[in-house]
Amino acid sequence: MRITCPHCGERDRREFYYRGAAVDLDRPAPDAGAEAWDNFVYLRENPAGVTRELWYHEGGCGAWIVVTRNTVTHEIQGSQLASEVNA
Amino acid sequence: MRVAGKGLIDRTETVPFVFDGVSYNGFRGDTLASALLANDVRLMGRSFKYHRPRGVLTAGSEEPNALVTVGEGGAQEPNMRATMQEIYPGLAARSQNRWPSLGFDLMGINDLGAPFLGAGFYYKTFMWPKAFWEKVYEPIIRRAAGLGGLSGQDNTDKYESAYAFCDLLVIGAGPAGLMAALVAARAGADVILADENARMGGRLLAETYEVDGKPGHVWADEVLAELRGMDNVRLMTRTTVAGAYDQGTYAALERVLHHTDRRPNGAPLETYWRIVAKRSVLAAGALERPVAFRDNDRPGIMTAGAVRTYLNRWGVSPGRNVTIFGNTDDIHRTARDLLEAGVHVAAVIDSRHDAPLSDDYQVLRGAQVCGSAGRKGLESITVRRASGEEKIHTDCLAMTGGWNPSVHLTCHMNGRPTWQRDIAAFVPRPDAVPGMETAGACNGSFSTDACLREGIAAAEAALDDLGMKAPKTTVPQAEDTPYEIAQLWAVPGKGRAWLDFQNDVTVKDVKQAATENFRSVEHMKRYTTQGMATDQGKNSNVAALAVLADATGRGISETGTTTFRPPYSPMAIAALGAGAEGAGFKPQRFTTSHKAAVARNAPMVEAGLWYRPSYFPQAGETTWRQSCDREVNMVRQAVGICDVSPLGKIDIQGPDAGAFLDFVYTNMFSTLKVGRARYGLMLREDGFVMDDGTTARLGETHYVMTTTTAGAGDVMKHLEFVHQGLRPDLDVSFTSVTEQWAQFAVAGPKSRELLNDLLDMQLDDESWPFMACGPVSVLGVAGRLFRISFSGEHAYEIAVPARYGASLYDILTKRAEVLGGGLYGMEALGVLRIEKGFITHSEIHGRTTAYDIGMGRMVSQKKDCIGKTMSQREGLEEPGRERLVGLKPIGESKQLLAGAHLYKEEAEPVRTNDQGYLTSVGYSPTLETMLGLGFLADGPDRYGEVVKMVDHLRGVTTLCEVVNPVFFDPDGGRVRG
Ligand SMILES: [Zn+2]
Repeated sequence: MRITCPHCGERDRREFYYRGAAVDLDRPAPDAGAEAWDNFVYLRENPAGVTRELWYHEGGCGAWIVVTRNTVTHEIQGSQLASEVNA
Repeated sequence: MRVAGKGLIDRTETVPFVFDGVSYNGFRGDTLASALLANDVRLMGRSFKYHRPRGVLTAGSEEPNALVTVGEGGAQEPNMRATMQEIYPGLAARSQNRWPSLGFDLMGINDLGAPFLGAGFYYKTFMWPKAFWEKVYEPIIRRAAGLGGLSGQDNTDKYESAYAFCDLLVIGAGPAGLMAALVAARAGADVILADENARMGGRLLAETYEVDGKPGHVWADEVLAELRGMDNVRLMTRTTVAGAYDQGTYAALERVLHHTDRRPNGAPLETYWRIVAKRSVLAAGALERPVAFRDNDRPGIMTAGAVRTYLNRWGVSPGRNVTIFGNTDDIHRTARDLLEAGVHVAAVIDSRHDAPLSDDYQVLRGAQVCGSAGRKGLESITVRRASGEEKIHTDCLAMTGGWNPSVHLTCHMNGRPTWQRDIAAFVPRPDAVPGMETAGACNGSFSTDACLREGIAAAEAALDDLGMKAPKTTVPQAEDTPYEIAQLWAVPGKGRAWLDFQNDVTVKDVKQAATENFRSVEHMKRYTTQGMATDQGKNSNVAALAVLADATGRGISETGTTTFRPPYSPMAIAALGAGAEGAGFKPQRFTTSHKAAVARNAPMVEAGLWYRPSYFPQAGETTWRQSCDREVNMVRQAVGICDVSPLGKIDIQGPDAGAFLDFVYTNMFSTLKVGRARYGLMLREDGFVMDDGTTARLGETHYVMTTTTAGAGDVMKHLEFVHQGLRPDLDVSFTSVTEQWAQFAVAGPKSRELLNDLLDMQLDDESWPFMACGPVSVLGVAGRLFRISFSGEHAYEIAVPARYGASLYDILTKRAEVLGGGLYGMEALGVLRIEKGFITHSEIHGRTTAYDIGMGRMVSQKKDCIGKTMSQREGLEEPGRERLVGLKPIGESKQLLAGAHLYKEEAEPVRTNDQGYLTSVGYSPTLETMLGLGFLADGPDRYGEVVKMVDHLRGVTTLCEVVNPVFFDPDGGRVRG
């Protein structure tokens, strides 16, 4: 599997650390309520299809990136710096 | 029998080798199989279940029968295919799965029990009685089953893993692959051409075809010579592309040294390649199918293509009086090749009623072979025709049931092949693997002309994708014989007709599976073990599913195939794991004091990847406890030195560093004064404790954070995530400096006295109070000093650049010893912190909150931080939660054990009465008792109560008093004094 880091280009997936769904970027406000926080911390989709995930280029530049990929075809549709998602 | 004038071997070089203790000679270029056949050795192995005598069936990596063990001791390698093992002087190979010898095998008795060992016998026979499984059935099965064995010793061979990159990977170097590689290479593409054989050319080496008016192998050599001369081409022989993976990644195994006994220093036996290719061409060829008929497994019966390969490539005829049986024109090609080489062809049995006749040999049309005879090898066959049965004497039967395109790699990414009726075979679905084109026989195109054309077309398509221009290519002249086949899977009749030779699966077994309602191909496979041997059904799966389709009244297309999975052919785990053994799997991290600690005989313990001294034994000390007690007392009374470098150290800089730390720690750091350190607690977003440590402010915009040893990597990733993902607005950056600084704890009442000798200034309580920090000059070296303590004593941690670590450790040790102190290790460090109730990851183990560890008030109410919201949710502060306490033994038993559980004194120690557990224990020489830290329901409200500790595993029960976890110096006077 090959992942494209926006800084470093296409690299072997062994250079990356996997975190999970990119939901982690949508942190609710402290007073958003129990349901919002429960969703944010615990509930995850398990899609057969397109998903957005967080990967960390640990063996490279240290960037956290959001990778959009298809869990069925394994096609990687794009990647974006996490710092640009919430900028 | 060697045939004069045939073969691509070097007859000037004789190669001696040994098989089963007997010496033979072959020629350079021979495989073990070709050399044994040349020496008229037909019996090469025994089957898995019935131990039936077996000879070689094929001439390639799909070989199911002729598996041998090569090498001795740690270099012993089982299940090497004789068809792939090249001979070299000194090669010693042994047959497998026989006892006491290949010729006379006692387990062959299994064959007589065959009626009881049919499909599903494992499931039926060994079900009852249950108690028999471990003691009786399993040992019997283990002895009888299995092919070659490992030596049980450590593997002494080296393996390597490597990466390669290219524009185009061409898999297989037959006519299609050679042509594809040539076209792409001429266009300037970076090409890797890989082939599993020692010599490239594929079937061009095995057939007598001409290409462009030259013998096929000559044409192949000319193409290879051109490719070899180009910088943009890499030819990889003895390299099997074994798997297709995502984004153009391919796994390949290169057998680097199996063809020689030389092991040049450091050279690997095998290399596991990860090849990343922008495009690929699969030109993997096809595999010939045997025909199932009664006793079709006798040594001497092999595929027709294999007979031609042995004849044309190695100059060996597997028999002197050959019969040929099948359902395509290939059988006539086989007959012509044999006759031209001067080998007698007794008969050609063609199942097709309209088969071509010949003036040169006898053709029996519409006939089938329905049986064979011979003791350890073929002596005769029985042929059935409309007119009746007849026996024909023969020592070799060449058979063909047609060809199966090698579609394997096209199925590795969920692709399913499609049934093509006119060739009675499965072919790849287009675009089954992104970026892969298929060409030639693997595509179901069997003529040489079609292979060459498709090779060119595949390269042109790939070049087009790559944005490169294909050169104009003329198709070389070659045969374009149509492929005429009449389906022929199994000849009807009594007896056992073998499908899977290695796993001993017969036509009857497959039919029985269908009768017992294992009708899905995946169920039939598992019930009969069809296709589950080392050849993974390459020789038998299609025939087996055709038999299943027939038995269930469905078509072959509807029945479908089982799933093709990597690797294409067997691969040693050692190759897959190359580079990841021993220190490659688990690198060792050493502190700058490592050598000094080892020199003092300190037993080293692992802390993550780090090695740390457990204790420092001194003369007269016979147990670790004696050393540990002494070291604890030394720190409490004088001064101790301990290397604390493995703690994670993260340098944090930027105008928003303080604001950032406020967000990742529960408590405030933006208000921390420059020159001060503070203990910090970090939560996960779910509200549970993640890590802890002290963070010092070295400047307005400069902090240095310490983490636990175990948490260092995770904290670093966490900080980067919180910054980049959640607070990219903050101007702050991080660098791990764990290995840049050597840091030593100097702990004990004499610590200041010791340091005052080393520093360029005098420390006092006013300028260096508890939790002060700052730059210092250590004997002229710029370092850092932190007045922090993990022992509860007046203590410091002193840091210098790592290159001065060993030297400083030495100096600290000597000065400490002068003051009545010395070194202390992990055991003493543990006792010192337990006496003070300080926590480690034993306590913050992922299921405890700040409230649980008595630090609820450290979650600042003035600001938001990671984990704060969830830490306040319902239930996390409710009565009954297990919270941190100290425990002291008070009854007869003085033993405390970490992991033991706590119960009320009078309660029965069962799960439903569980009240908590111990996390850390140690013997305190200071208080002269065992001490424990643990979690107890409502613990802090129960000081003075007696609870019962029960360790069910070790059978220990101890009554304990619940106390404040700070056992020693609860006011903290010592740390400030
Ligand atoms: Zn990167």
